[in-house]
Amino acid sequence: MAIEIFMPALSPTMEKGTLAKWLVAEGDEVTSGDIICEIETDKATMEVESIDEGIVAKLLVADGADDVPVGTLIAILAEEGEDVAEVSVPSAVPAAAKEATAVVAEAAPAPVAAAPVLSPAPVANTSSDRVKASPLAKRMAEQGGLNLSTLTGSGPHGRIVKADVEAALAAPQVSAPAAAPAVTGDNSFRDEKLSNMRKTIARRLTESKQNVPHFYLTIECRLDRLMSVRKEVNEGLADSGQKVSVNDFIIKAAGLALKKVPEANAQFHGDIIRYFDRADISMAVAIEGGLITPVIRGACTKSLTAIASDAKTLAGKAREGKLMPEEYTNGTFSISNLGMFGIKEFSAVINPPEGAILAVGAGTKQPVVADDGSLSVGIVMSCTLSCDHRVIDGSVGAEFLKAFKGFLENPLTMLV
Amino acid sequence: MSKFDLVVIGGGPGGYVAAIRASQLGMKVALVEREHLGGICLNWGCIPTKALLRSAEVFHNLKNAAAYGLSCENPSFDLDAIVKRSRGVATQLSGGIGHLMKKNKVTVFDGAAKLLGGGKLAVTDAKGAVSEITGSDIILATGARARELPHLKADGKQVWTYKHALQPDCVPGKLLVIGSGAIGIEFASFFNELGSDVTVVEMMDRVLPVEDEEISKAAGRSFKKQGMKLKTSASVTKIVTGGKQVVATIEAKGKAVEETFDRVILAIGITGNIENIGLEAAGVKSDRGHIVTDEWGQTSAKGIWAIGDVAGAPWLAHKASHEGVVTVEKIKGIKGLHPVDKKNIPGCTYCRPQVASVGMTEQAAKDAGHDVRTGKFPFTANGKAIALGETEGFVKTVFDKKTGEMLGAHMIGAEVTEMIQGYVIARGMETTEAELMHTVFPHPTLSEMMHEAVLDAYDQVIHA
Repeated sequence: MAIEIFMPALSPTMEKGTLAKWLVAEGDEVTSGDIICEIETDKATMEVESIDEGIVAKLLVADGADDVPVGTLIAILAEEGEDVAEVSVPSAVPAAAKEATAVVAEAAPAPVAAAPVLSPAPVANTSSDRVKASPLAKRMAEQGGLNLSTLTGSGPHGRIVKADVEAALAAPQVSAPAAAPAVTGDNSFRDEKLSNMRKTIARRLTESKQNVPHFYLTIECRLDRLMSVRKEVNEGLADSGQKVSVNDFIIKAAGLALKKVPEANAQFHGDIIRYFDRADISMAVAIEGGLITPVIRGACTKSLTAIASDAKTLAGKAREGKLMPEEYTNGTFSISNLGMFGIKEFSAVINPPEGAILAVGAGTKQPVVADDGSLSVGIVMSCTLSCDHRVIDGSVGAEFLKAFKGFLENPLTMLV
Repeated sequence: MSKFDLVVIGGGPGGYVAAIRASQLGMKVALVEREHLGGICLNWGCIPTKALLRSAEVFHNLKNAAAYGLSCENPSFDLDAIVKRSRGVATQLSGGIGHLMKKNKVTVFDGAAKLLGGGKLAVTDAKGAVSEITGSDIILATGARARELPHLKADGKQVWTYKHALQPDCVPGKLLVIGSGAIGIEFASFFNELGSDVTVVEMMDRVLPVEDEEISKAAGRSFKKQGMKLKTSASVTKIVTGGKQVVATIEAKGKAVEETFDRVILAIGITGNIENIGLEAAGVKSDRGHIVTDEWGQTSAKGIWAIGDVAGAPWLAHKASHEGVVTVEKIKGIKGLHPVDKKNIPGCTYCRPQVASVGMTEQAAKDAGHDVRTGKFPFTANGKAIALGETEGFVKTVFDKKTGEMLGAHMIGAEVTEMIQGYVIARGMETTEAELMHTVFPHPTLSEMMHEAVLDAYDQVIHA
């Protein structure tokens, strides 16, 4: 029997992915554990191992193929003793019907084939899929000049039925936009296809801005003491080759502040609010083509050096596109730091379902007026907290920032 | 007090199917039945009438033995034995439902249930003992009974409802059947076959008035040929019982005529069993004899649902069963459900010749604004029908000219009740004429006529 290899679900939310690159060719022999291809999901690029042994008989999806639905047959292996030429491709492969257990991602968590594949929720068709529609729906769409791939099916398994076509035909047509005012001269442009990551960013952040009632609180923190403590700490660590960054202090301070004001460590889930015991802090890392948010688990209890080491490892993996799903999901709070670009102050978009995100600006030397009216120069950093007002009220956000500022300005309190 | 996830009131084809489905979905289920499991369908409706009609059919074949090269001198029948067989079939199946309940761990309460509000119910058994049970959800599947009118009341002796007609004391010499829907026509057909002089009175202008006009016309012709008298656009305004015979006043075209009969069967519709089940206490609204529900069976009271005959037309066992399943799945919160599509429920009548249909009649399709194409194929042109000696009847199809949607299908003739499901599936899958034309039908079968009737609608019929 030939062994069928299906598009695996590499994260619980993955519905389709790009087959970035085959690392084997037809005719190659593979043994269990060999890496056979790289798959780009909405979040990262992952290597896929073969769990079977055999000879690659057919590669059914080309390098770079986009939007391959989870469960699609992507390759066939001939077993030992089987003639590669004899292996035939099954004519109709029920995509999505099969659980993608034939291949597993490298060190991926056990349940890789997750529920979304089998979910009966209406499935939007994309142009590259086989459009599931009843014969009557197909004919009515054709007669009505309707592109079926733009419809969502309400029938069994997302099948487009008569009622869907009727509803679409009855929907008010969007009138064509008025002709744009004439401009002088042509302007050249370049169209770039959205990567999966860009699609995810677009979708999630649009959802966030549309659905989450954001409000913003800004506070200024003096970093003078922190800078000197950091210097001492790093001198002490010189022998170990480790270094602690200002950002590591910020992560630690945020973690401790969340512990102190647990009302801010919360998420909105429909009819409940979920409060977390632990502060798992997502840190936004810019990577080629977008950004990703690896999570520092237990930032409230970890030592500064442990945070520094985690942050360094995760940021490195993020830039190489090698993060595993469990390394970038299920944070409880986010930090986005653009200080290194000289940004003084900004506000960030909440990363749902998290309840808040802290936007950290650059620490700059500024004139500071002391309580007694005397003027001096200090290092001041501006931080803006974006809160989901459904879970965090103004006073809770303010309390969090007060605690956060307290830790940063009295860094020794973080170390004890 | 026993607590259940779901209490179903009524053990007919709606109620017991709902109970089984709920049990499959892991719910703790109780079923309350006041008379016998299986309801009217199994005890006093669908099943026992089919047993009677089978006897009539075999008798008809015996009388026609010579046509098949067989001899059978003076065939006769024993009415008591026919009725005994019919009751035996019902008893056997009712026992089967009891088994199914046990197998599915459904707790059956023998008694009459009454809603007390707040999910509570009182169950009164035959001895008058009352027990109280509660259900997080309650499904009312109490069914319906024969409708009577102030001037048309059954006495069980000379004037019968279906229940009396199922255990007749005699084959009436002269029989009056009031109403020519499925129930009236089936009994008319049965007693006509056994030798009664049958008169059918119908208020509408044709018999089987819900069917396509062409079907009604063909059925009427056939019944008349078999010796029935059909009085359409007529009504019975008065019946006088008590004498040796019943005197009925039949009014047609403004003229009233008195006629005497030995027995009268009332088949003037049915009415929901909504009395004495505590609808008011629970805040469940009803309208003209039926409980008001939404498309999922939800009544005006939260947690109380109604399915089957008591929830309104069409009054068919298979509709009740399907509603039972959908409502239970809705209660369970299963995603992606669709309500029962009432436009795609087939109807079957087991008279001779049989009648079966689904979807819109030609007239209804036109009234709905469709430009239609119709096809028709006669039994006389089908090899299997000729071999069977069953050449009466035809199959008719109605398509939307523009989209090719099969809007309706109508059949009359031998075994059509077994064939209609093919068109029901086609409609459910939303096929057009193209898929039906490309389907290979087995030869030789009566079903080939279904293929030909589709081809005929598109001027591609082969054998006619």
